[in-house]
Amino acid sequence: MPSQEEIFEKVQEALVDALGVDDDEVTPTATLRGDLDAESIDFLDIVFRLEKSFDIKIERGELFPEDLFNDTQYVDDGKMNPAGIAALKERMPFADLSKFEANPAVQNLAEQLTVQDLCNFVDHKLKAA
Amino acid sequence: MRWFWIDRFTEFVSGSHAVACKGVSLAEDHLHDHFVGYPLMPNSLVTEGIAQAGGLLVSEHYKFAELVVLAKLAKAKFHSRVRPGETLTYRVNADWIRADSAQVTATAHVGERLHAEVQLMYARLGEEIEAKIGAALFKPTDLRHWLNLVRVFEIGVDGEGNRLKRENYPLN
Repeated sequence: MPSQEEIFEKVQEALVDALGVDDDEVTPTATLRGDLDAESIDFLDIVFRLEKSFDIKIERGELFPEDLFNDTQYVDDGKMNPAGIAALKERMPFADLSKFEANPAVQNLAEQLTVQDLCNFVDHKLKAA
Repeated sequence: MRWFWIDRFTEFVSGSHAVACKGVSLAEDHLHDHFVGYPLMPNSLVTEGIAQAGGLLVSEHYKFAELVVLAKLAKAKFHSRVRPGETLTYRVNADWIRADSAQVTATAHVGERLHAEVQLMYARLGEEIEAKIGAALFKPTDLRHWLNLVRVFEIGVDGEGNRLKRENYPLN
């Protein structure tokens, strides 16, 4: 099992390569979309690099459960309802959703996902393997 | 000018890799502006050639039935200058091809000289896109014409080495 530092270093390398950003921009608190300008296609790239780097398999929707956001039983007027947030917590145990819960507008989650969330995701995957 | 930036494939292995070549000639108009008196093959067009070779490799995986578009240029490094009279050889390897997207890593060489290293991502646009915009995105016969020109069915094989057959694709 790699240490937290080792996970961070590999995640950082994946983000530097996928997004063309500098090492020092990839801090644990940096948000993928807001700070590092990741676009939707970049997430596919990032997922591929993480799979290769950690020798894991990441299914679509595992890192970012987009299907929940399109499910009418979980979304009311563009906001995630309590059932949706519960489902999200179950699918994303690695992410800190406290900020999102305060204003669960659907588009906010992607904006708030941080480098640390990504590290936690990898850690979660490695422990589950 | 016709937007063909590979002359032909010399290898094409379904879902795996392909090799294509492009001869650079002073007959190409753009070389007389890039640059006046010092013609160089633009690296943007080297990238386009690689994108076309990789795009056809990926598209074949989807049975040439749907449109594949270049979605991201993840890496592009160039190491030399390519002059008229030289032949570029593009080697494209499929890193992964999934239901909705694909990634290709490629090199361009002139003889033994490494000219470029490129990594590209493609997105697959399914039939629902055509329904949404209410028009066909491409004509299968145009695609067939291109595939014939670059000799995909003359040299293309599947993973077991069996020749790819034109009639197995919806190109009419």
